[in-house]
Amino acid sequence: MYFGLSEEQKSLEENINRFLADNASLDIIKAVANGEEDKAQSVHQGILDLGLSGLVIPEEYGGLELDMLFATVVAAALGSGTAPVPYAGSYVMAPLAINLAGSDDQKNQWLPKIAGGECVVGVGLSEYVGAREDAGIEFLNGKLSGRSLFLIDGKNADAYLLANKSGELFLVEASAPGIEVIELTTVDKTRSSIELILKNVDADLLSGSDDRSIIEKVLDAGRIMLAADTVGAAQVMLDKSVAYSLERKQFGRLIGSFQAVKHMCAEMAAELEPCHSMIWHAAHCFDNVPEEARLMACQTKAHISEVGQQISKTATEVHGGMGFTDELGLHYWFKRIGLNRQLLGSPELIREEAGRLQGFDQ
Amino acid sequence: MDLEYGPQYDDFRAEVISFIKENENTKISGPPRSESRIAWQQKLIDNGYFARSIPKEYGGYGGDMDIIKLRIIAEEFAKSPIPKPAGGQGIQMLVPTLLSLGTEEQKQAYIRPTLRGEILWCQGYSEPNSGSDLASLQTKAELDGDEWVINGQKIWTSTAHLSQMCFILVRTEPDAPKHQGISYLLMPMDAEGIDRRPIKQMTGDSDFNELFLTDVRIPAENIVGSRGEGWQVANATLGHERGSLADPNVTQNRLNSLIDLMKNETIDGQRVIDKPIFRDRLLSIQGRLMAQQSNALRILSSQINKEQEANLAKFIVKLQGTELRHELEGLAIDAMGEIGTLYEDSPHLKDNGVWQMNYMYYLGLIIGGGTNQIQKNIISERALGMPKEPKIQGA
Repeated sequence: MYFGLSEEQKSLEENINRFLADNASLDIIKAVANGEEDKAQSVHQGILDLGLSGLVIPEEYGGLELDMLFATVVAAALGSGTAPVPYAGSYVMAPLAINLAGSDDQKNQWLPKIAGGECVVGVGLSEYVGAREDAGIEFLNGKLSGRSLFLIDGKNADAYLLANKSGELFLVEASAPGIEVIELTTVDKTRSSIELILKNVDADLLSGSDDRSIIEKVLDAGRIMLAADTVGAAQVMLDKSVAYSLERKQFGRLIGSFQAVKHMCAEMAAELEPCHSMIWHAAHCFDNVPEEARLMACQTKAHISEVGQQISKTATEVHGGMGFTDELGLHYWFKRIGLNRQLLGSPELIREEAGRLQGFDQ
Repeated sequence: MDLEYGPQYDDFRAEVISFIKENENTKISGPPRSESRIAWQQKLIDNGYFARSIPKEYGGYGGDMDIIKLRIIAEEFAKSPIPKPAGGQGIQMLVPTLLSLGTEEQKQAYIRPTLRGEILWCQGYSEPNSGSDLASLQTKAELDGDEWVINGQKIWTSTAHLSQMCFILVRTEPDAPKHQGISYLLMPMDAEGIDRRPIKQMTGDSDFNELFLTDVRIPAENIVGSRGEGWQVANATLGHERGSLADPNVTQNRLNSLIDLMKNETIDGQRVIDKPIFRDRLLSIQGRLMAQQSNALRILSSQINKEQEANLAKFIVKLQGTELRHELEGLAIDAMGEIGTLYEDSPHLKDNGVWQMNYMYYLGLIIGGGTNQIQKNIISERALGMPKEPKIQGA
C-alpha cells in the first residue's frame, strides 16, 4: 500500500515547476494578461516540448499513455504557475473523449495531432452541465447549429469538442464554414474563453458517445483537472502568505508572529493539505475504482472550489493592501481559482449531481 | 499509488473475519474491570487483536508492528457489533509512554494489568490556572525520604472516579524554567489525601473531575523519566491522544446515520433530504469528510512507508475532525428542528438523543486535548515555520 505520488510523478512536477519558474515569471503572466499573446505561445511551446499534450494519449497514437494521476500532477503544477496555456480541455478531456468514443478513423485523425502538439481542441460542455443564456446546440443531418459558451481552451483552437443536451459529443474543425467565434473576457486573463455560434456546421459525431457514461467520464476528468489547478494555485497563495508574514513588520514585529495572522495561515493549511490527497485519490479512483470514481470527482471539484475560494480570500487579506495591487500580482491566482470554481459546474450544481448519484432522490 | 494491501494479507483478513464470526455475540456485562471485560481483553490479546505489537513479557501479543494488519483488524471490528477492545487514557497514553520511557519495574508492574483492563488510569495534567499554558502548572511534589509528597489541584480529570491510578504532572524543580521543572509521576488513586469532586458538564453527564491533593504520599520510584523531564515524557504521548480524537472512519458511520435520518424525517410530509438547502449542507459535509478520509490514507501510507513525509497531514487531524463532527451532529439537529431539541427521556426523542448529546460532546472535544486555537498555533509554528508569540516580560 502506498498513497501518494511516485518518484516519476514528483520528478514530472519538478520539471514543470522549473520550466514555469524560468519561462513564465510573473512579468510574463502580466504581459500575457495585458494582451501580449506571443508570450503565451512560447510558454505553450515549452509544455509541448515537455510532452504534456500527449500525456494521457495511448502510445499507439504517439502519446505517453500515462494515467490520470500524472495528469493531476500536471494540472496542479500549471495552476501553481498560473500558466497561460491550454491543458484540461485540449490535452485531457478532448483526447479522452476521442479515445473512449471515437472510431478508429477519428482516433487516427486526431490523437496523433494532439499528442504531437499540432492541434489545440477547445471543449464546450457547459450546455450539458447547465446551459446559461439559453445556449445549446442541435445536431441535424450531420450539421450542428446553435451556441456554445465558455469553451475550455477554446481561444485559438484548431478544433472544438462540443456536447449537446443529451451528452452526445461532436468534433468540429475551427476552419469549417458557418462558425463565428466571439471572445469572452473573463476575470482570469491567463485563460480566456470563447463563445461559438454555429450555423449548419459540418460536425463529426463521436459514435460511442450516445452512451452517457462517456461524457460523464470526460466531465469527471475535467473536474479533477480543474480541482487540481485550484489546489496548485491555492498552495502558492498560502506559501506566499506565510512568506510575506515573515517579511512584513508592524508594531515592531513580524506580522507572522501575531496569532490573528498565524491562525489565518493555519486554517488555510488545515483546509488545503487534505485537498492534495483528495485530488490524488480522485485520480486514482478515476482509473482504478469505477464504482467510487464519479462521486469522488464531483465532491473533489465541489469541495476544492470551496476551499480555494476561502484561501484566495484569506491569502489576499494576509497581504493587506498589497494583496489588492496589480504590482504584487496575487490576484492572478485569486482569479484563476475563481474561474475554476464556475467551470464544469459550480459547487452547488455539482453537489446536486452528487446527491442524485447517491440516490438521494429515491 | 497503490491502495491494495496485497494478497499476502488475504489470509490474515480471513482469520480476523472468522474470529469475529465466532465471537460476535460475546456479551460484556457489569462495570469496568468486570470479569467478563477482563476475560474479553485477554482473549483479544491472546489472538493478537489487541496490544498486538506489545512484547509478550509485558502482557501483549508480541507480534510485529505491521500497520496493515492493525488496519485490517480495525476495519473488520468496525463492521461488526462485536465488543471492541477497551480504550482509555491508560491504554492510549500511559502504555506507549512506559514502553518507551519507563523503567523495567514500571513496565512489569503496570502494562499487563492496564492492557487487561484491571487497572484504569486517569490523566492529571490540567489545573484551574494551567490549561492551554499547561507548562505553567503549579501542583508540586517534594521528595521526603523515599516518598513524593504531592500538594495542589488538578482539573478535567476524565474517569478519575473509575481509576485506580493517575499519571500526573507535578512541579518538582521550582527554581528551573517552567518547562524544565516538571516531573511525571504515577499516583495510586487510593492514596490518602486525594479528594475528588465531579464536574457536571453541559451534556448533563460528569465525565470529568477536579482533584484536590493534600499531602498525598507516593513511593519515590513512581517517576517516569528523570526529575525535570516530565514535559518531554508527557509530550511523547500527547500525539497519541490528538490522533485518536476525530477518526474520519468513525465520522463516516455518523454521516451514514445522518443520511438515514434525513431520509426519514419529514416536514409537512416532505422528506428533509428532498429540501435543497438541507441536502446541500449534507453534501458539503460529505465533501469535507471525503477530503479528510483521503488525508487519513496519506497518514496511513506514511506509517507504512517510513520515507514518506506527512507531518502537516497529521497536525491538522484534530482541528479538522472535531470541527466537522460538531457540524455534522448539528445538521442532524437542524434536520429535526424542534424535535432536535428534545433530550434525556422526552417523548418524541429520536435515536436516544444521541445527536444532541454528540453536538455538545464534540464542542467539548474542540476545546479538550489542546483547544483548536492551540492546534492552530501548533500548525503555524511547527508545520508552517511561523514564529511564536513573543513572551510578555515576567509571565
